[in-house]
Amino acid sequence: MAEDNNKEKIDQESLSRRKFLRNSGFAVGGLAVGGVLGSVIPWGTDEKEPQQAANETKNYNHALMNFNQVEFQTVEAATERIFPEDENGPGAQALGVAFYIDHQLAGSYGFNARDYMNPPFFHGEKTQGYQGRLKRREIFKIGIREMQNYSHSKYKKGFTDLTADEQDTVLADFADDKVNITTVSASGFFNLLRSMTLEGVYSDPLYGGNKDMQGWKLRDYPGDQMNYTQVIESEEFQQIEPRSLRDHM
Amino acid sequence: MAKKLPKTDVVIVGVGWGGGIIASELTKQGLKVVGLEKGQERETEDYYMAHDELRYAVRYELMQDLSKETITFRGNEKMRALPMRQYGSFLFGDGVGGAGVHWNGQTFRFLPYDFEIRSKTIERYGKGKIPADMTIQDWGITYDEIEPYYDKFEKMAGISGEENPLGGKRSDKYPTGPMLHSPQMKMFKEATEKLKYHPYTIPSANLSEPYKNPDGISRAACQYCAFCERFGCEYGAKADPVVTVIPVAKNTGKFDLRTHSWVRRVLHKDGKATGVLYTDLTTGEEIEQPADMVVLTSYVFNNVKLLLNSKIGRPYDPASGKGVIGKNYAYQIIKGAATGFFENKKFNNFAGAGALGMVIDDFNGDNFDHSNVNFLHGGYLSLTQTGKRPIQTNPIPSDSATWGKEFKQNSLKYINRTLSIGAMGASLPYKQHYLDLDPMYKDAFGDPLIRMTYGFRDQDKELAKFTATKAKEILQEMGADKIDAMDELGPYDITTYQSTHNTGGAIMGADPETSAVNNYSQMWDMENLFVVGASSFPHNSGYNPTDTVGALAYRAAEGVVKYSKDGGLLTS
Repeated sequence: MAEDNNKEKIDQESLSRRKFLRNSGFAVGGLAVGGVLGSVIPWGTDEKEPQQAANETKNYNHALMNFNQVEFQTVEAATERIFPEDENGPGAQALGVAFYIDHQLAGSYGFNARDYMNPPFFHGEKTQGYQGRLKRREIFKIGIREMQNYSHSKYKKGFTDLTADEQDTVLADFADDKVNITTVSASGFFNLLRSMTLEGVYSDPLYGGNKDMQGWKLRDYPGDQMNYTQVIESEEFQQIEPRSLRDHM
Repeated sequence: MAKKLPKTDVVIVGVGWGGGIIASELTKQGLKVVGLEKGQERETEDYYMAHDELRYAVRYELMQDLSKETITFRGNEKMRALPMRQYGSFLFGDGVGGAGVHWNGQTFRFLPYDFEIRSKTIERYGKGKIPADMTIQDWGITYDEIEPYYDKFEKMAGISGEENPLGGKRSDKYPTGPMLHSPQMKMFKEATEKLKYHPYTIPSANLSEPYKNPDGISRAACQYCAFCERFGCEYGAKADPVVTVIPVAKNTGKFDLRTHSWVRRVLHKDGKATGVLYTDLTTGEEIEQPADMVVLTSYVFNNVKLLLNSKIGRPYDPASGKGVIGKNYAYQIIKGAATGFFENKKFNNFAGAGALGMVIDDFNGDNFDHSNVNFLHGGYLSLTQTGKRPIQTNPIPSDSATWGKEFKQNSLKYINRTLSIGAMGASLPYKQHYLDLDPMYKDAFGDPLIRMTYGFRDQDKELAKFTATKAKEILQEMGADKIDAMDELGPYDITTYQSTHNTGGAIMGADPETSAVNNYSQMWDMENLFVVGASSFPHNSGYNPTDTVGALAYRAAEGVVKYSKDGGLLTS
């Protein structure tokens, strides 16, 4: 019976997931120094901190609802490779993308609240879309761990300790499904990370990314304007100072 | 036991364009109408913070909650259908106004060819031109017969436009003039004129000027703010049931609109509908609403789901081709498109309106000779300027990296230096493309979900390749430095957004053997039940469907009124 075969498949899947959790516990053990200490000691930004504090009001939004410190730093480093700082302007890190992702995963999107999550779960064709039982926040947790494991097995270092080129190699291997893992789809995780990076760069600053509308400014996007009647027929490109939803309050 | 309410004249299921039009027309005639809508109330005031791409376009704020109900999908009958767990290929509207809230407003009439597609194809090319398992059939109505209803819908909605030089004959011009022309549109116009095609401005439900409709409803002009599709219009400039037909129905005092009301069954006895059974989602209470007439005006999938779960009509059997409920599911072939990169130009791509653009019909319907192509019908080709929002629009050349430094560089450079030519390819039905009830997956109430069996065929692949080639040719004429055009259509994939133009499943026709409803949208098998919407399209044309949905809804309203007086099956 087709149904029975499938049940077997599911059992195998949950078996391999248990195995993963065991293994990854071990692998994360290798991370212990970076991980545990990392959550107490601020990473790499010590010098900037006092200066920032003097120049800017404290952003109370910049705290974590979902990730732990190591996860946050890993995501921050990975998103910065996906959308790096360059001569055009800031990258994901400066735009607050990792905070954006953290906050989104803590809410309904992270819990797949508006997705159809009813069983049974079967493997489908690619054309049928995501058929897993894991929610986005779980995919992230596992995906980040897998990225750390892969970094360790390939470079004997955690992801955040790699050079930019090494980080790119790890990400590319995930994007191209060159990583042999059974827990989550490597490319599925990468695609989710990539799409959430773009969301964090370009969504209204209200969500925690796109700091000071700098994401919009990178591409001359005026954000939330009420009216372009005067612009539509113009032969010239119109440089317009962006506005956000905050301007509506 | 369900609580039983007092009987009403008419109960309608779903209050979007179909339901809103039926409600306004019937209440104007003095009938008492109860409107059941499973979503929430909506009003223009809700859209004060609407310019939020993440909330509305990416997180689908206005769409149905898939955790409660979705559909299942398989590419062919040999596959196991699996639920569409997240949105992708198409979206389900939700709440008062339905999909009429989040549409772009592109409002085209179908061609005379569409309504008599089988006869006219055979007449011109012979029977052999139609593939054996392609189930195109005439609609049981002609263009001339539907024309007055198009006119009615267009005047109610205030459609802004100019005459289509290759379209069917109009009894009157559009009620408002065409939208403004941007430099991009002018480039398209010039190029297509040089190529000897027939460009015209896209007919738009985003008003080009303030307008008062025949019902006395006044609306403001479009501000080209670039937040249309997937968004509600804070100006009320985009025609939407909430700012047009629903207030008209409400003003009669005869329209009882109940939101959060999830209809599960059409009740019937001795071949006649007796009312509907629904659940009040705020209390969980089961309620029976008896009615003399029942009108289904929900989305395509839900119309068919209600019929099948209520055991009304003859379910379609793909093996024999017999039966009608679920038959002729069709879609839209939009991937045959191209993007041009202009190194030395910079366009105001951030500005726009949902129905702003130029279009040609030279390759739509049977406006060109199909003798030497391996497909039927065609599609329009258009340049639209709907507003390129930053999360979802990051155009890069096909050979560019999709993340990292190169991606950032290219996406920033090209966002205002690209123009796309889109195609609205017709989708013709096949014997093997249909809707039925899924044997495994259920909705929040334990009712089976609709199962879709659908895939792209050679017809679609040839058509898409053809429109992509034409799109490329136009971009060349427009002076693009580099053009990326679709190569191969590939299999139908439910994960990437294509179009919310799903059609069929309860199709109209002149013969009860091969259609579910007559040209008044009246069920052949149950004369006091009307099924209104794109579910009645026997195929989908090379156009956006809303004008035709609206026209058929006006005709259905006329039918319901007639039936309320004379009874019986209506004849045209």
